[in-house]
Amino acid sequence: MASRAGAQRRLGRPAGIPRLRVRTVLKHLTLGAVAVVIAFPFYWMLTTAFKSFFEATTFPPTLFPQEFHFENFATAWGDAPWVGFFRNTFIIAIAVTVGELATSILAAYAFARMNFKGKGVMFMILLASYMIPGEATLIPNFVLVTKVLHIQNTLAVQIIPFLASVFSIFLLRQHFLSIPSELADAATVDGAGHLRFLRSVVLPLSVPVLVTVTLITALGVYDSFQWPLLVTNTDDVRPVQIGMAQFRTEFGAQYHLEMAAATFVIAPVVVVFLFLQRYLIQGVARTGIRG
Amino acid sequence: MTRPAASATRRRRNAAENALAYAFILPAMLILLVFHFAGGFAAVGMSLFKWDIVPGAFRGLDNYQTVLVGSRAEEFWHSLSVTLTYTLITVPIEIVLSLVLAYLLFQKMRGRAVYRTLYYLPYITSVIAAGVIFNWLMNPNYGFFNQILELVGIGPQRWLDEPRGLFELMSGGLLAGWAQGPSLALVGVSLFTIWHFIGFQVVIFLAGLGNISTEYYEAARLDGASERQIFWRITLPLLSPTTFFVATIATIGALKAFNQIYVMTNGGPLDTTRTLGYEIFHVFFQQGRIDLGAAMAVLLTIIILLFTLFQFRIAERRVHYG
Repeated sequence: MASRAGAQRRLGRPAGIPRLRVRTVLKHLTLGAVAVVIAFPFYWMLTTAFKSFFEATTFPPTLFPQEFHFENFATAWGDAPWVGFFRNTFIIAIAVTVGELATSILAAYAFARMNFKGKGVMFMILLASYMIPGEATLIPNFVLVTKVLHIQNTLAVQIIPFLASVFSIFLLRQHFLSIPSELADAATVDGAGHLRFLRSVVLPLSVPVLVTVTLITALGVYDSFQWPLLVTNTDDVRPVQIGMAQFRTEFGAQYHLEMAAATFVIAPVVVVFLFLQRYLIQGVARTGIRG
Repeated sequence: MTRPAASATRRRRNAAENALAYAFILPAMLILLVFHFAGGFAAVGMSLFKWDIVPGAFRGLDNYQTVLVGSRAEEFWHSLSVTLTYTLITVPIEIVLSLVLAYLLFQKMRGRAVYRTLYYLPYITSVIAAGVIFNWLMNPNYGFFNQILELVGIGPQRWLDEPRGLFELMSGGLLAGWAQGPSLALVGVSLFTIWHFIGFQVVIFLAGLGNISTEYYEAARLDGASERQIFWRITLPLLSPTTFFVATIATIGALKAFNQIYVMTNGGPLDTTRTLGYEIFHVFFQQGRIDLGAAMAVLLTIIILLFTLFQFRIAERRVHYG
């Protein structure tokens, strides 16, 4: 570890000190400029959200609001049934995350630490399910839920198809495999069955990866748009992102309200991300899921 | 292998373990079989029938004929060409930018975590809400983008409402056909896409850079190699599995594009941003042609699968490196 840190330090300081300063300044200028460009849309959203309609629609635009119209948020909130949208998303996210975690933990454990007949075949089905992209299954799933199961326009239809995830199973399986088999042997000697070993040894050792899976799943639900767009058609069951798209269609010319709505749609994930980014970024770096 | 007395107990234990294992995998497998595995085959099945809102007669490959050379050929090939153009604009820019940013960020310095967090922020915001922000930035009348153009002496543009090609606009309408380039609307969606995904790729590249042993750098430095030589001769070649990996997932993501198209342009203006993902939605959902939509979805799937297979092979190599 020490040699690695040393090498990294050397990597940044190849020559004399004066050159180092120029280099560092240049690097910070580049990275800082990019950061400003990347952060700017958020700044623009926030400042527009505070402007009056009149100020938002002047050209050239003002870089900073002349007066702060906090009431824009209340107006935007009152213009659409946001409470319902957020409630629906919340229910779906909880149900999907809890359900998916449960099915994934059990399946991942079986694939990682149990021997059973047909394991190879089952694993092939798992792999195949992972390979088939959502574009292929979209239309058959749409037909299945609307014409066979008749569960369209419910919360259930936004939950059930997502109660299992190959990605989560793979991620958890990979981690379960890394738990030393000596622990399993010791548990067997103590007379503990698989369920107890899973509950009292494996899960406590897997908290970080469980947090990663939870975050990726919950974020995925929060962002889901296409499926709810296809299988729901009334506000009482529709989620936040559909609400956002509808708001844009209905109040498209009220830019200040549109940005206020975008602010409260984006805010929850930003807050969660700022607190738990470690788990998310590590998980992403490890697996390369694009979502 | 085992003594006969023990084998009966063992067999019983194996049967119990089998039953328990299937109880463990059953819930997940049931959902996956129905909604992921079977769905893939069902799409192929549906594409072989006439299915115009209600299912009809078996038509064999007629739907594929309609899509590839028949009455729907023009819109299919058009949307495929839009999809590939969109991919060709976004993926190379994303890779070069994220590689450079990751390389700069990898070296130890103050504020590293802050930069990384900021770069990653767009990726966690939903495409719908972020797309709405970009629509506003690109507003033809009051948008900030036009303000920037004005500062550098260029007249206001219609951005996402502009069907004319980028090079056509830049040349003042001199160019024709292919030379006109992608519509300004598609360029606008691409700008959004690059902004949205760049942080994700930076994180993957940072992980890749972390996997390169520092011994290579130390040896090169002892031999008197310059920073530039080290980057081109050591970092870049050793990073190539990561680069391929990023390129593949970025490409697959671009091929699937739907949400950003839906919220930013609805496929317009004049269909210049109608990607295959949007076209399938339009055909099967808005027009009710489940048969033709399924055929298009199968064709898109074949394209995506080729890239997925490619990605799997890279991922295997990546695991060995780690």
